Amino acid sequence: MAVIEIRIELKKGVADPEGKNTKKALESLGFEGVGEVKTVKVYDIEVEGTDEEAVSEGEEMCKKLLANPVIQNFKVTVR
Amino acid sequence: MKEVKVCVLRIEGTNCEDEMADAFSMVGAVPEKVHLKQMEENAPAGLGRSLEDYDILAFPGGFSAGDYVRAGAIFAARIKSVMGPQLKSFVESGKPVLGVCNGFQILVELGLLPALEGAMSETPTAALYTNDSGRFECRPTVLRNDDRGKCLFVSEIPKKSLVMFPSAHAEGKLMSNDPDFVSKLEDNGQIVFRYVNPDGSDADYPWNPNGSPSDIAGICNPAGNILGMMPHPERVMTRFTRPDWTRNPGPEEGDGMMIFRSVMKNLG
Repeated sequence: MAVIEIRIELKKGVADPEGKNTKKALESLGFEGVGEVKTVKVYDIEVEGTDEEAVSEGEEMCKKLLANPVIQNFKVTVR
Repeated sequence: MKEVKVCVLRIEGTNCEDEMADAFSMVGAVPEKVHLKQMEENAPAGLGRSLEDYDILAFPGGFSAGDYVRAGAIFAARIKSVMGPQLKSFVESGKPVLGVCNGFQILVELGLLPALEGAMSETPTAALYTNDSGRFECRPTVLRNDDRGKCLFVSEIPKKSLVMFPSAHAEGKLMSNDPDFVSKLEDNGQIVFRYVNPDGSDADYPWNPNGSPSDIAGICNPAGNILGMMPHPERVMTRFTRPDWTRNPGPEEGDGMMIFRSVMKNLG
């Protein structure tokens, strides 16, 4: 049994309104020097098999459901 | 006249299926709210249904499966696993498919829209992404019928005329990784509705509630039998759901009626 971490990020150039609003709120609280704020989504998934099998299964999951290739990139790693 | 059977498909957490079914009833069709599990081969006796027995398929708006992962993504994934091939042949046979709001998101996630490279793509080729405002936008929107005669759902709406359908969504900005997709949609005659300002000019926020390029509110597939749109025609079937009806009673029917009339007429 392996646990994989799947990280779904917005592609470069895709606007991130949630990140932008969070940045604004942080600045309004007095945090200075806040650069870009990005939101990402992370799934931890238990999968049977070797690490290698788990990663390739995770990638399949991203293609079939977890990521929309138009707006999102994904990264699968073993935890 | 032959009975027109409509499948209004739902899963856990679907809402707005009642309005969608009622809208079809109002134009004389026979809608049935069908749970996706009824389409499974091992559905309990008497409850099993088959997509090919229906004349029209409708994906209601609202939410589905909590809109986890992405809006419409879980519903789309489950449809693919339960009845992917049946859906593809339904579409290819030319039968009408309507997706409103969450339904539009489902059609995009299914790869049925924009369908620039074949009837149903393996992975989505477009996305309905978070509104530019980052907020849920809920208000009346004015749409112009820009269809060029292809879409089965708008033939009763005079070309270039304006209709008012309410919008209510947080993810309605149409995006693609093809930089030329708007011109491709335009060339194919697939842009059915555009948001406009109430005077008919190009929409500014908030009349374009989501920042969709070229103010796109609804598109059809190249064959014209699938319509996906963010605003809700099924919410304006009578004058009473127009926001200004007490000041301007207007006609008894709401603008939404024309969508459902059109498809009934085109089924002959």
